[in-house]
Amino acid sequence: MRFLRLYLRNPAAIIGLVLLFAVLFLAASADIFYPRDPLSLAGRPLSWPLENARFVLGTDSSGRDIAAQIFHGARISLLIGIVATLVAIVLGTVIGAVAGFYGGWVDDVLMRITEAFQTVPSFLLLLVLVAVFGSSLWTVTLAIGVVSWPAPARLTRAEFLSLRSREFVQACRTLGLRDSAIIFKEILPNAMPPLIVYASVVMALAILMESALAFLNLSDPNVASWGNLIGQGRGVLRTQWYVSAIPGVAILLTVLAVSLVGQGLNDALNPRLKSR
Amino acid sequence: MKRTDAIASGAGPAPILSLNGLSVRLPRTADRTHAIADVSLALAQNEILCVVGESGSGKSMTSSAIMRLLPPGVSADSGSIVFDGRDLLTLSEAQMREVRGAQIAMVFQEPMTALNPLHTVGKQIGEMFRIHTGLDAATIDTRVLALLDEVRLPDPQSAARAYPHELSGGQRQRAMIAMALALEPRVLIADEPTTALDVTTQAQILRLIRDLQKRKGTSVLFITHDFGVVAEIADRVAVMQQGRLVEQGPAAQVLNAPQHPYTQKLIAAVPPLTPPPPKRVVAPPALVVADVSKTYSTGGFLGRGARVTRALDHVSLEVPKGATVGVVGESGSGKSTLARCIVRLIDPDGGRIQIGDADLAAMSRRQLRAATRRVQMVFQDPYASLNPRRRVGELVAQGPMAHGMGRREAMEKARSLFSLVGLDPAAIDRYPHEFSGGQRQRIGLARALALEPEILVADEPVSALDVSVQEQVLRLLADLKSRLGLSMLFVTHDLRVAAQICDVVVVMKAGQVVEAGPTAEVFMNPQADYTRALLEAIPGREWSGRSASQQRHHEGELT
Repeated sequence: MRFLRLYLRNPAAIIGLVLLFAVLFLAASADIFYPRDPLSLAGRPLSWPLENARFVLGTDSSGRDIAAQIFHGARISLLIGIVATLVAIVLGTVIGAVAGFYGGWVDDVLMRITEAFQTVPSFLLLLVLVAVFGSSLWTVTLAIGVVSWPAPARLTRAEFLSLRSREFVQACRTLGLRDSAIIFKEILPNAMPPLIVYASVVMALAILMESALAFLNLSDPNVASWGNLIGQGRGVLRTQWYVSAIPGVAILLTVLAVSLVGQGLNDALNPRLKSR
Repeated sequence: MKRTDAIASGAGPAPILSLNGLSVRLPRTADRTHAIADVSLALAQNEILCVVGESGSGKSMTSSAIMRLLPPGVSADSGSIVFDGRDLLTLSEAQMREVRGAQIAMVFQEPMTALNPLHTVGKQIGEMFRIHTGLDAATIDTRVLALLDEVRLPDPQSAARAYPHELSGGQRQRAMIAMALALEPRVLIADEPTTALDVTTQAQILRLIRDLQKRKGTSVLFITHDFGVVAEIADRVAVMQQGRLVEQGPAAQVLNAPQHPYTQKLIAAVPPLTPPPPKRVVAPPALVVADVSKTYSTGGFLGRGARVTRALDHVSLEVPKGATVGVVGESGSGKSTLARCIVRLIDPDGGRIQIGDADLAAMSRRQLRAATRRVQMVFQDPYASLNPRRRVGELVAQGPMAHGMGRREAMEKARSLFSLVGLDPAAIDRYPHEFSGGQRQRIGLARALALEPEILVADEPVSALDVSVQEQVLRLLADLKSRLGLSMLFVTHDLRVAAQICDVVVVMKAGQVVEAGPTAEVFMNPQADYTRALLEAIPGREWSGRSASQQRHHEGELT
């Protein structure tokens, strides 16, 4: 409760939360408002928003309802965002925790691997992975997760390095606790706040990466994602710009919402900012 | 003493600094409304006034208020601070800067953090002149050297060129004092200036402050929690409790005939320096430490040019069953390393750590996990040694659970241990931050006892606690030890504490045992020079010696 009060003191964080709920609402109500397949033909192609009362946001170049794709696309974006973030955070946390806790050669090996991943631009790596493993929704999501783990790993390692020498960790050792119990039950909860905040950054980046892939026609073409819609609109960008602009705004607002929520969490979790 | 008596009776010269009914308000979220409430104090010319109190008494807040360096959200809301005829609370920031450093200077507790690590000591002292005076560089340099000489740094030339990390703790504090005295301030505020120092260094710094004060006629406001230090240095004493001034008067009067019950309680809690009559310990050893060594090497390339530190150099000692063995020494003596080697938080390079038939030093990690229940540790810092994210009951129960006890049974055990260490068993669902320092140390003790160890290793278990709390925890330790038949290795830097609780003391210096023997013998008739130096450096030694003999006298009359 105290945490919620601290969080709600920040107006930007409230805006972020409201936007995030709006996106969640789109995702949850997609089947109610648009029960048909969003990728099926609905009407005349390229009708402008509000031109036809049936299509509030108009239709794209194949005659598919843009509003339906926005509603259903919210699901895809959130799904990709959440799953990819989970993959990245779990992978990064485990690697960072092991490296930070044991130190020595374990740390050296794991950190050199992390650096190897970091030296390659993550989007290039993503392109390679998609080119090799194909571009179904799941491979794309996992690939985004796999290219995003190094930063959380470094963050976790840094937290572990400072926490592992604390007396409460030594106390656990003298009690005869196993290393795994010390890492995951004792140290990790103390290392979580910065990780939770960083997860919001990973999620925003994941959504953007999927959109970028879709824009290059490399994402899964069989799902109604916002990125695919932008890719659709690329050919008619100069005349029917709304085809790309509407999903573009949706992505912008979603990423903004996630970032604002992350910032709000950061402020609320950081005890030094509490007095401000 | 005559001089101070005159001041106390109001006949002396006008005070140089006086607080009149000063109150300092805390932010609304704090646990009380005022850090300082209605405090009136007067610091006379040429005297040392000690402000004593436990943590939270408002003694440090008083010095911050005088310097107008209160933390944000905290401000003086009534009263005045009159210095040299002016009320400091009404001065502008610019006028206040003229006062700070030049007229009222300050020495802090931790010289390492109070000095800028990127500048040489000489430059930092010279800064005082550059800011407040128009002297040229050459004059400043000679003045800096003269100051460093005055605080008796052995080689002023090289000390001026040194960076803070190149000096020892005591040397850094001397440099800080040189900096504070640079502009010949009329008032020096010293906020726990010796608390972070070893006892022998502390004695030197106290002597230095005393000498400089006499020579220069500076008035010193000395803030401390240690009555030994008070006895050593004070002309007059002011005792604070919870932001209020409860008693003030000449040092001899407050120390030997305290009027206020709180002062009486504090002074009674200071452990007497005379050890209890020696108890013949003939029990078989519960723990044998034989020839244990630990060497650290830092830097160097492929083994060449590395700096080798012998943290433990063939240390041997025995803890007889049911006895308390104290390991005493200054920082860097290896006493904490020894404690950590015994519980194998640090792996010793060689030697034996024998409990019964088992040699802990030779065990693998896996064997060790099972064997750790025989020897448990109590840690120094009650704040860092409890995981802030777990409930205290779980903290106590996790040991038994790791050794195969069921959750329900373990929590039941935690509850009974809580009442054993004097805490409310209903409190096991709370988090560590809801407890005070002394209570947390009891939780740490309950956690160690949960595995029913034969040996308890206590690493400075009371040094982070206030003196009255310290006394309670020590009494609890002694009581539990005899009730549960524990043997204890008690690591401490505080010889008063050692005198009170230990049957045998082992004196360590630079990784080696210099002297060992029954406490009474070591204290009354020390053999090693180092032990003698340690004993002589205990602040307020004469005072406590006297009061302890008085106490014994009383006890003798009663029985």
